[in-house]
Amino acid sequence: MLTIKNLQAKIGDKQILNGINLNVKPGEVHAIMGPNGSGKSTLASVLAGREEYEVTQGDVEFLGKNLLELSPEDRAREGVFLAFQYPVEIPGVSTVNFMKTALNQIRKHRGQEALDAVSFLSLMKEKMKLVEIDQSLLNRALNEGFSGGEKKRNEIFQMAMLEPKLSILDETDSGLDIDALRIVANGVNKLRSKNNATIVVTHYQRLLDYIIPDFVHVLYKGKIVKSGGKELALELEAKGYDWIKDEVAVA
Amino acid sequence: MSVIAAEKNISQDVATWITRNVQPSPIVRSMTDQAFSDFTRLGLPLHKTEEFKYTPITRLLEKNFNFSLDTATSELDPSRFFIKGMEANVLVFINGFFSAKHSSISSSEITILSLREALVKKPELISEHFAKYADHKTDALAAWNTASWSDGTFIHVPDNKIIEKPVLLYHINDTTNGQIIAITRNLFIVGKNSEVTVLEKFDSAGQASCFSNLVTECAVAENAGLNFYSIQNDSANHYNLKEIHQADNSRVNTFTFTLDGKLVRNNLHLVLDGEAIESHMYGLYLLKGDTLADNHTAVDHKKPNSFSNELYKGIMDENSKGVFNGKIYVRPNAQKTNAFQANKNILLTNSSTVNTKPQLEIWADDVKCSHGCTAGQLDEEALFYLQSRGIQKETARAMMLYAFAAELLQNIKQPVIREYLDKIIRARFNKEF
Repeated sequence: MLTIKNLQAKIGDKQILNGINLNVKPGEVHAIMGPNGSGKSTLASVLAGREEYEVTQGDVEFLGKNLLELSPEDRAREGVFLAFQYPVEIPGVSTVNFMKTALNQIRKHRGQEALDAVSFLSLMKEKMKLVEIDQSLLNRALNEGFSGGEKKRNEIFQMAMLEPKLSILDETDSGLDIDALRIVANGVNKLRSKNNATIVVTHYQRLLDYIIPDFVHVLYKGKIVKSGGKELALELEAKGYDWIKDEVAVA
Repeated sequence: MSVIAAEKNISQDVATWITRNVQPSPIVRSMTDQAFSDFTRLGLPLHKTEEFKYTPITRLLEKNFNFSLDTATSELDPSRFFIKGMEANVLVFINGFFSAKHSSISSSEITILSLREALVKKPELISEHFAKYADHKTDALAAWNTASWSDGTFIHVPDNKIIEKPVLLYHINDTTNGQIIAITRNLFIVGKNSEVTVLEKFDSAGQASCFSNLVTECAVAENAGLNFYSIQNDSANHYNLKEIHQADNSRVNTFTFTLDGKLVRNNLHLVLDGEAIESHMYGLYLLKGDTLADNHTAVDHKKPNSFSNELYKGIMDENSKGVFNGKIYVRPNAQKTNAFQANKNILLTNSSTVNTKPQLEIWADDVKCSHGCTAGQLDEEALFYLQSRGIQKETARAMMLYAFAAELLQNIKQPVIREYLDKIIRARFNKEF
C-alpha cells in the first residue's frame, strides 16, 4: 500500500529525515517510536503534504501513485488521513459544515454522488458513537474551545467519517488522560480492517497497550534504526531510548 | 507649494458650488450661513491633516470633479436595487433628491418625511435638533453638507412606540448623464421607550464620477433603541458622517458594510450622554481593486455606567487600502465605564494595505477599557488542516474568509437583512459549499 524509499527531507536548512525506508501493507499497524527530535512528526507531516518541508531525495508510493506529487487535498482524497498532534482551531467554520464539505469533495473525487442532508446526518450519528463524541460539540466552530481530549476525539471522528485507507496518528496520545486515551484507541481499533492500514507515531508505549501494532520501528536522527514486533515497544518502555542511541553509536 | 495652492483653489470651487446650491429654507438659515462661513474658514482637509492622513479626499475632488457643472438628471428605475422580501417603509433618493413616486411609507404611528417636507411640517423639531449634533465648526465636509444639502430623510418616532417595519433608505446615484455630487442630510429623532430600525443602502449606475456626502444626525431619547444599518456596495466616492446622541438607558446598534467603492470615508460618532447606555458598533469592509475605505469611529463616554462595544473587520484584496481609527473618550466623571474595541484585518495580497489605529483617551480611573487590532494573512496552518481533509485549497480559503466575515452577521437580528448580506458575502468568496 505504502512504500517509502530513502526518504530525505529538510525544513529550512535543517535536514531532518535522512533516508527512511518503510513498507506498509493493507491490514497492518505500524508504530513509529523514537526520542524527541528524531523526525517522527516530520515523517507524518511529509506524508500528509505539509509545504514547509522540502523533500530532497527519495520516493513515496501510495497505491501505485507518486504521493509526493499530490497536493495535500489530493492525498486525502486518495485515502491518506493525518490525525494532527495539535488540531487547529478554526473560528466561524462549523464542524458539521466542514465535515460535509470534506466528505463530499472526497466522494466527488471517487466518482460518488454528494450525500444529501439526511444521509449525511445519519452517517454522522453512527460515527459519533464510535468516539463517544457529543452532537453539541459538532455544532460548534471547528475545535474552537475544545479540550485536548475533545480535539483528539474529533480527529478520530473525522477519520471515521472519511474512511481513509492509510491513517497516520501523530502523537494522538499526547495530552490525553487514561479515559480519553481508551476512547480514542477504541475508536481506532473499531476502524481497523484488512483493507486499511495505520501508522501510529508515538513517544510512549502507553498507546500501544490499546492499539496493538504488528510492527514497531525506532526512528533516530531521521533514520529507522531498529524494527521489530510489539515486544520492541515494551523493551523501549523498560529501558528507554539510550541503549538504541548506544547501538547506533557503536555501529 | 503647488499642492497647497491647488487645495485652496478646490476649496474655492466648492464654496462657489455651495452658494449655487445653498439650502434656501429660512428655518435653517442661521445654520446654513454659519456652516458656509465655517467651510470658507476651514477649507477642505489638507493633505497633511492627521485625520485624513491616508485618505486624500481633497485631491480626489480636485482631480475628478468639475464644480462648475450641475448635478445630472436621471430616468433610472431604482427598483432593481431594492432588497426583496422585506416589509418596510421605503424612501428613494436619486442623485440626492427625494423621489416620491418610488417611495412608500406605510407606518402611521411615526413621522417619516423627506427633510424638505419636514422643514414645512415639523419646523419646531427641526429648530430643536437640526445641526445640533454634527460638527460643522471643525469638519469642513460636514459644514459643506449643512450649508447645501438637497434633501434627505426625517424620522420622528414619538414616545412609547416600537416600530416593527424598518425604514429603508435607498440612495441611488445615476451618472449616466454626467457627474453627480449628491449632498444629503438625515435627521432621526427617537422618542422615549421607542425603537426603530433604519437601513440605508447606496447604489450607483453610470460611468462618470460620483461623490456622495451624507450627514445623519440621530437623537435617541431615554430607554429608546436604534438599529442603524449602512450597506455600501457601489463604485462611487462617499463621505458618510453619522452623529448619534444617546440618553440614559438607550440602546444603539450600528452596522457599517463597505463592500465596494473608490474612496469611502465613514465617520461614526457616538455620544453617550447618559447612564446605563449600551452601544454596539459593527463594521465590515471587504475591499478589492483600488478601493480605499476609511472608517473613523469615536465613542464618547460622558457619564458613568455605560457600555460600548466595537468590532470592525476587514479583508483587503488586490490593491485596496483599509484604514481604521477608533477613538474612545472616557470623561472624568464617566466612572464604571466598559468600553471595548477590536479591529481585525486580513491582507490577501502584497499590494494591499491597512492602517489601523486605536486611540483611547481616558480621564476616569475606575473603568474597564480594552482594544486590540490585528493585521495578517490567512492562517496557513488552518488552511493545511482543511486541505488535509480533502478540501480543495481554494474552497478552504473561501471557507475561512467567509467565516471571518460572517462573524459580523451573527449580531444582526433582522433575518432578511442578515440573509441579504450573507448572500453578498458568499458570492464575494465564491462560496459553493
